[in-house]
Amino acid sequence: MILALLAVVQIGSKAFTESVIVAEMAAQLARSAGVETVHRRELGGSRILWEALLRREIDSYPEYTGTLAQELLPGRGDLRERVAAKGVVMSRSLGFSDSYAIGMQRRTAERLGIRTLEDLARHPEVRLGFSNEFMDRKDGWPALRAAYRLPQRNVRGLEHDVAVRALAGGAIDATDLYTTDAEIAAYDLVALEDVRRFFPDYEAVLLWRNDLPADAAAALRRLEGRISAREMIEMNARVKLRREPEAVVAADFLASALGVRGAARIEGRARRIAARTVEHLELVALSLAAAMIVAVPLGIAAARRPRAGQLLLGVVGLVQTIPSLALLVFMIPLLGIGARPAIAALFLYSLLPIVRNTAAGLSGIPPEIRDSAEALGLPRLARLRLIELPIASPSILAGIQTAAVIDVGTATLGALIGAGGYGQPILTGIRLADLGLILEGAVPAAVLALLAQALFELLGRAVVPRGLRL
Amino acid sequence: MLELEGVAHRFGRLGPLDLRVAEGETLAVLGPSGAGKTTLLRLLLGLLAPDRGVVRFRGEDVRALEPAALRRRIGYVVQGGGLFPHLTAGQNVTLVARWLRWPEQRIARRLDELLHLARLPEVALQQYPAQLSGGQAQRVGLLRALMLDPEVLLLDEPLGALDPVTRFDLQGDLRTAFEQLRKTVVLVTHDLGEAAFFAHRIALLHEGRIAQEGTFEELARAPADPYVARFIHAQRAPLERLR
Ligand SMILES: Nc1ncnc2c1ncn2[C@@H]1O[C@H](COP(=O)(O)OP(=O)(O)O)[C@@H](O)[C@H]1O
Ligand SMILES: [Mg+2]
Repeated sequence: MILALLAVVQIGSKAFTESVIVAEMAAQLARSAGVETVHRRELGGSRILWEALLRREIDSYPEYTGTLAQELLPGRGDLRERVAAKGVVMSRSLGFSDSYAIGMQRRTAERLGIRTLEDLARHPEVRLGFSNEFMDRKDGWPALRAAYRLPQRNVRGLEHDVAVRALAGGAIDATDLYTTDAEIAAYDLVALEDVRRFFPDYEAVLLWRNDLPADAAAALRRLEGRISAREMIEMNARVKLRREPEAVVAADFLASALGVRGAARIEGRARRIAARTVEHLELVALSLAAAMIVAVPLGIAAARRPRAGQLLLGVVGLVQTIPSLALLVFMIPLLGIGARPAIAALFLYSLLPIVRNTAAGLSGIPPEIRDSAEALGLPRLARLRLIELPIASPSILAGIQTAAVIDVGTATLGALIGAGGYGQPILTGIRLADLGLILEGAVPAAVLALLAQALFELLGRAVVPRGLRL
Repeated sequence: MLELEGVAHRFGRLGPLDLRVAEGETLAVLGPSGAGKTTLLRLLLGLLAPDRGVVRFRGEDVRALEPAALRRRIGYVVQGGGLFPHLTAGQNVTLVARWLRWPEQRIARRLDELLHLARLPEVALQQYPAQLSGGQAQRVGLLRALMLDPEVLLLDEPLGALDPVTRFDLQGDLRTAFEQLRKTVVLVTHDLGEAAFFAHRIALLHEGRIAQEGTFEELARAPADPYVARFIHAQRAPLERLR
């Protein structure tokens, strides 16, 4: 499945609505030009997409000039040339700019008399909550705070769409908005005036690798200058507020603006769940199989040499203490995005329970049983195979079972780095505040965890010798 | 046949000691728990290497022998039987023979002989260790040790944890078996009566040293030191008090 993806043009999108819509348009346009194209949705933030583009893991994605100039390729000189130096082509503006702005509820802003970002500096009590990306970006909160000498210190990082909802709900007083966010109108928010022109221009563009087939590049260029800010706000609203699928919204736009009959690929719920299931199982099965192949021998070694074994358990235990999200992100520079880094991270997580249970099962064998086996004159490997491993098998199997259940749950995070699986609908569901979508990922994940549990109970009956179950 | 010369083992708190077992002889190693009896057997098998001294099998230093081959020439029944819980009694007994690829017929013939010898019903072979009684488990352990027809048999407290009646039956059967087999036997026990019943000679072990070596009569008549006298008295007294 991973191999099949390599043969086609892959268009990535960031984990927010506008990026998904624009990428969907690009994908449909390419498809209508006869180029086999897939849209890899919601792969993460700007840096992940940019790195993925440079590593050829995707061929194209929508970006903003401000992000390129400030964050991805800081430096002097013509931006288009700096991008080209990386082997990447930057389209002309798609027609709209989606700048950062700091937004507040109109009521709150008027009550406090805040109209500009300078006014904000006089109100340290204002509770700020920013999208995680804005918190970290060089052109984000740290620079903004310096530019306007903002006094607020208690600032929370949230997922962008969650932050907007928190603002509308009154849990925070101000957040970073995109000027094309549908919520500005819908929730009656105001964007504070950037009197010192801190935020640069964020013209929407498409980026693609310069080795992209000419027909695909030509198809993508058709979007240049075609999307107005008003149209983009309207499309964002249709997806986020009226829950229309991005593919439909994109197809409608292509039909009306370009006269292209967009090839929207709308999957039914069952097809979608089936596809996610295949992806999820792939993540779990491959990582678990690799972990078994490595961890059982490690467990055997640990049981044989208790000192070195302690050290080994310490090391694999340490891996377990790395938060899963962090481990996934560590994997990106090594293995890129997609299933591979997710499988690697899950593999590392699976090691501890299997190594530990293998070692414990073997060291738990009573000394008189060991002596008997050795006194019979069986060589070491025969003892291991005929006596020690069978006696330790319930413990080893329990370790693998634990690893499998952990894997099923942790694999949902794989979607954050483009690995798909049940995490994908959860991620989209969180972005769109769509409980149905969240459940579409969470319920099958829970069911799969239970199934894994049950499968190993059954396997226990088949694998664990009868004499040990009496 | 078996010989320990100046053998000491630090963790087993044994020795230094000298001991010889002649071919065809039954030697009882007698002593309280913690005396080092099990350690002694493990040294004979090469499961432990002595810190000092030499262990010899038929005159050869056991360190020079291939361990697996040596062990197949010695049958060992650990304390408690040590049956492998995941295998049936029959599988326990035939495990090594099968691993050595004995033909089925030969295995069946040998099993038949052994079942007679140990007076074990054939159905017991289908049972798992958890389903066997204590006496049966000991008999299966004995069968397993005898399967390859070893030259020497080492038994670690084979009657230790049995109820008196089972123990009495097994004692009789074991002695008959030893007489028929004419093997060199080292039997570990903490029971004086048992030692006297089975053995030609007794070695009384105390805190890792041999306190006295000789027949039961020799030990009873002329204890080498006060400990031997006390040990013998302590075990005979209860019965004598009844008189
Ligand atoms: N692996 C070991 N490590 C440390 N001490 C041991 C070990 N095995 C036995 N011992 C000690 O060696 C002494 C003799 O043990 P053992 O030979 O089992 O005695 P016996 O079989 O006569 O009851 C005991 O004091 C015991 O605690
Ligand atoms: Mg003992």
